[in-house]
Amino acid sequence: MGEPGTTTPGGYLLVLAILLPVVGMILSFTLGGRIAERIALCSTPFGFALACATAFHVNRAGKPIVYLVGGLPPPLGIALRADGISAVMLVAAAVIVTAAAFYARPKFSTPDGVHESRSPLTFWIMLQAIWAALNIIFVGGDLFNLYVALELLTFAAVPLVCIDGRPETIAAALRYLLFALFGSISYLLGVALFYGAHGTLDIWLLAQRVQATPVVWTAAALMTCGLLAKTALFPLHLWLPPAHANAPAAASAVLSGLVVKGSFFLTLRLWFYILPALPAEKVAIVLGCLGSAAIIAGSVIALRQARLKLLIAYSTVAQIGYLFLVFPLATGASSAIGWSAGLMQILAHAFAKAAMFFSAGLLAEALGHDQIAKLGGAARVLPLTFLTIALGGLSLMGLPPSGGFSAKWLMLQASVASGQWLWTLPILAGGLLAAGYVYRILAPALSDDQISPVLPPKRSQEVIALALTAIAIALGFAPQAFFDFLEIGRPVVGQP
Amino acid sequence: MTPSVLAGLTGAALVGFGLYGLILHPHPLRKLLAFNLMGSGVFLIFGIVARRGAAAGFRFDPVPQAMVITGIVVAFAASAIAVALILRLSESGHVTLDPEVWTRPSDGDTK
Repeated sequence: MGEPGTTTPGGYLLVLAILLPVVGMILSFTLGGRIAERIALCSTPFGFALACATAFHVNRAGKPIVYLVGGLPPPLGIALRADGISAVMLVAAAVIVTAAAFYARPKFSTPDGVHESRSPLTFWIMLQAIWAALNIIFVGGDLFNLYVALELLTFAAVPLVCIDGRPETIAAALRYLLFALFGSISYLLGVALFYGAHGTLDIWLLAQRVQATPVVWTAAALMTCGLLAKTALFPLHLWLPPAHANAPAAASAVLSGLVVKGSFFLTLRLWFYILPALPAEKVAIVLGCLGSAAIIAGSVIALRQARLKLLIAYSTVAQIGYLFLVFPLATGASSAIGWSAGLMQILAHAFAKAAMFFSAGLLAEALGHDQIAKLGGAARVLPLTFLTIALGGLSLMGLPPSGGFSAKWLMLQASVASGQWLWTLPILAGGLLAAGYVYRILAPALSDDQISPVLPPKRSQEVIALALTAIAIALGFAPQAFFDFLEIGRPVVGQP
Repeated sequence: MTPSVLAGLTGAALVGFGLYGLILHPHPLRKLLAFNLMGSGVFLIFGIVARRGAAAGFRFDPVPQAMVITGIVVAFAASAIAVALILRLSESGHVTLDPEVWTRPSDGDTK
């Protein structure tokens, strides 16, 4: 790989991408009240610009950009690195956080006549904290640093789940916290073993030193288990549906679209960046099987839900399952197709799911409930919201043209090309089941029943949700250059 | 058996006990204590790593010790959040991890 030991041009952008939300978070906390909201709303477009500039630099250099903190090269210092997938995830996170901030504005603005109120302040601080933690995860190059980022992500996500203080949301948040704590302590034990065996935690240095020894296998198993609990892969998904369904819509969108992808991103880093040389076919098959079980179980349970937000949350469980098919599919000769498919699935799901949670929130506010059985005729009063749900559902099912279709099509191609045709069964079955649960939402809504909204929906919020689904659809038209960009910095076995 | 091996085994045993408690005890407070037990085991293992990894004339490798301190701070913060949530739950009457306890009696027809 020839990792340079110096800061490359544009490296300072990585520091800025982390500092912007951190500074915003601290200022929001100290200044408080209405200023917290203004800081969050003003900083998100800057963060988007920074992420785009990072992507531009990575694309121009054609290799990862690096920043050495304090000028000290690893193993003594800590390096921040952005490769193709980091840059793409930075941009995706910035877009979704920006959308969530503007979507949340009507609900979480500090009421007139009050200097400061609890839940808006918590929301704006935690939104920026989640964003900061995600940015560290996407560019971090040191496993212990990444552990701290993972914890920051959890500590920021848990308060968002119980922000309205109802006891059921607190129980959901506590269950989420306990699963996440198990995940992080297991990850930390793996980090300790890696350090003990190889004396460094830098991802690129470790990749050169690891061998298939029992210590490395144990460390990898512990870290993977921890990350699976945080990513909510079946059968460790129990915390996700209540937590994501009970959070306010803007928070659910960030939790479902981005937060679970943070720990998945580290799983990718672990297996494809640190341990690509290990003979891990069996591990890949186990992860693929768990993913397939998640696709089937999540979709079937989603079909049985009475509440719209719970249905969407179980759909997240199913869509996370698809992500783990990357492990068997992105190995061997056709690894590039599997890799593109996995990243496309991350992005398509992030945008489509965020838009669907936004729409579910709009719907719950307009109708006063989110019981699917009582949605009769709702599409007549909320046409734009249901257009968003339908388009988002299109991507979840994997119908062309959409990002979801590209992801699933590439996965099918990869499984046929690598001779592992068995993986096509869960991919196809998942699409069929997804069509079933999306139909369950749309069929009653498009019926002739009469329904009267409690409140008219806000046009600006509807447009934000629609814009996110438009991105999910547009991903279906991604050119080859985009897939080449995702390959930047990916270690390929056999090519040092 | 050298002290390092003994301490390493103790750490592993603590992690095992903690994991057992975390999975089996239904009460959130006991789960939290079990998590802290696991944490202690992991920190002990970090201590052993610091001793074994020492080189270049140092008696201890300082890096894992710095990680332990960070880890303790993080585990403390996590415990504080969890205790705060458990306290809020105890005000509502049920200390449980099942979010459906509060909704089940009122709208049983939705299931």
